[in-house]
Amino acid sequence: MSTDGGRRPKLAVWKFASCDGCQLTLLDCEDELLGIAEEVEISYFLEASSAAGPVPYDLSLVDGSITTRQDAERVQHIRSVSRRLVTIGACATAGGVQALRNYADVAEFRAVVYAKPEYIATLATSTPISAHVPVDLELRGCPIDRGQLVEVITAFLAGRKPDVPDHSVCFQCKQRGTPCVIVAHGTPCLGPVTHAGCGALCPAYGRGCYGCFGPSNSINFPAFIPLLRRDGMDTLDVVRAFRTFNTAAPEFDAVSREEARR
Amino acid sequence: MADGGAPAVIDKAGLDALIAVLLGRGRTVIGPTVRDGAIVLAELSGGDELPYGWGVELEAGRYRLRGRADGAGFAHSAGPQSWKTFLHPPRERQWTAERGADGELAFSEERTPPPAFAFLGVRPCDLRAIEVLDRVLTGGPHADARYRGRRQRAFVVAVECTEPGATCFCVSMGTGPAVGPGYDLALTEVLDHEGHRFLVRAGTEEGEAVLAELPQRPADPATRTAARERVAEAADRMGRTMPPVDLRTLMRDTLEAERWNDATARCLTCGNCTMVCPTCFCTSTEDITDLTGDHAERWRRWESCFDLDFTHLAGGGSVRSSPRSRYRQWLTHKIGTWHDQFGSSGCVGCGRCIVWCPTGIDITEEAHALNAERAAAGQPR
Repeated sequence: MSTDGGRRPKLAVWKFASCDGCQLTLLDCEDELLGIAEEVEISYFLEASSAAGPVPYDLSLVDGSITTRQDAERVQHIRSVSRRLVTIGACATAGGVQALRNYADVAEFRAVVYAKPEYIATLATSTPISAHVPVDLELRGCPIDRGQLVEVITAFLAGRKPDVPDHSVCFQCKQRGTPCVIVAHGTPCLGPVTHAGCGALCPAYGRGCYGCFGPSNSINFPAFIPLLRRDGMDTLDVVRAFRTFNTAAPEFDAVSREEARR
Repeated sequence: MADGGAPAVIDKAGLDALIAVLLGRGRTVIGPTVRDGAIVLAELSGGDELPYGWGVELEAGRYRLRGRADGAGFAHSAGPQSWKTFLHPPRERQWTAERGADGELAFSEERTPPPAFAFLGVRPCDLRAIEVLDRVLTGGPHADARYRGRRQRAFVVAVECTEPGATCFCVSMGTGPAVGPGYDLALTEVLDHEGHRFLVRAGTEEGEAVLAELPQRPADPATRTAARERVAEAADRMGRTMPPVDLRTLMRDTLEAERWNDATARCLTCGNCTMVCPTCFCTSTEDITDLTGDHAERWRRWESCFDLDFTHLAGGGSVRSSPRSRYRQWLTHKIGTWHDQFGSSGCVGCGRCIVWCPTGIDITEEAHALNAERAAAGQPR
């Protein structure tokens, strides 16, 4: 789609506030990594090489959220040198677990945590990339799914829409043949309100979904929250269930604030 | 299918032998077994994997495995999967394409031979569900060849229902608990002071041939009577009923009923009802490519009318964007317009959609409520 004259498209990988896990997923692509390296020129990826290729880049993968003034400026630059910009993971897509600061006083955190708080310059909030620049695609997950990352790169190369469904985890549980942990065990599970993509990993091991992929595209919280309460969660548990990796995703943010008021 | 030969009686060792014979004939035997705290359908390698001593306690939105002192192997009602999983799998490749050195694309249809399944423990309601799928997937001008291949090779061991669940309503749908045609072998489990045994009848020549290989004795009157009585008793113990009206008309008459709002308020649009339903057959196709772009595949996967993407149109937007429109589509199709499209109801009364709905929406309760609303609207003021 973005190739000109047979040259390999240039890929860049960028980091903001994050644990780096999502960009490391690219290196974790083991079986596909050599194939990716043959089809794209990995031009900027500091986790893999300190050499930085010249701008512009055909595809930028952006990991991490915006938490400093400098980063807010840097992401503008990245957008301006990127033909396509894809956020990878809960931090870049929703603000990450560090967006818990959005519910608290950052100055107070800073004073409590750091011996020399005056050295720390940070914004009061953690925000997703889309709050700062237009984003072409958002890949969910904490961390992202390796298969979905390869699919996004492959689809980019073919100039087609990636197959990244935004229905709930329930769809994947059923396709995988996992008996519903809510129905069969009374286990609190965020699957019915969580975006698919992980392959319904946790329920396959008897655990409820933790919501790593953020909100799905069709949610009914008034019907769903009572299930969590029935299965043993109190108000604090419910609030905490939504205040994890995707706490600042608008749907999860709204429901956690509403539950916290109860 | 012909009514083959005289009924026989086998014991648990006979059932072990049945599995061994089917395996010996090169079949992949699928049957009930306990896994993940549920009675699931999975590949069996021996009779010891059957869920002897396990039953289930079912309610709307609730499934619990319960031990049974009587040691019964088939005293459990529908579980989280149906035979659809094997006949119409969640994901299936349709074709592959390769770009040759000359740049030309060469397409090849998926040609892996269909597995030769033996389904052990098919409930009468589920046997009717397979019949519904047959009509949907092979009854029209565009038959699904791969479904047909799996279906034609499948050997079906039906087991009559002697222990309906609290969410069962096969009697209302006319699909059970006694077995109808379509089986190779039919079993009825009998447990009494004379022991744990199974009345067996063959429905096909292959069924007769398999039965002939099993250690058995001729069916005695006591076993026949006990089997008949247990099935008759099961019919009286249905946990649910449908309203005794023409459901197709009921759906047509209540398209604008208030009740749809009530049901939708409880609906998570998670699609679980459609995926556990033994007759919901909808799929979507996805084309994938590899990194080089020289190899492409088309895959088909289960899709659900509860998925927003299901009615997504080019240019943006979904036709059925509201949960109300999606829930109504599912139910009115299942028990209403399915008749117009395929000549029967799409519901066999297995109760899976009731059990596996996380919020416990009950298809029978909704039908009763719609019927009551229609009746109330028809009353003179």
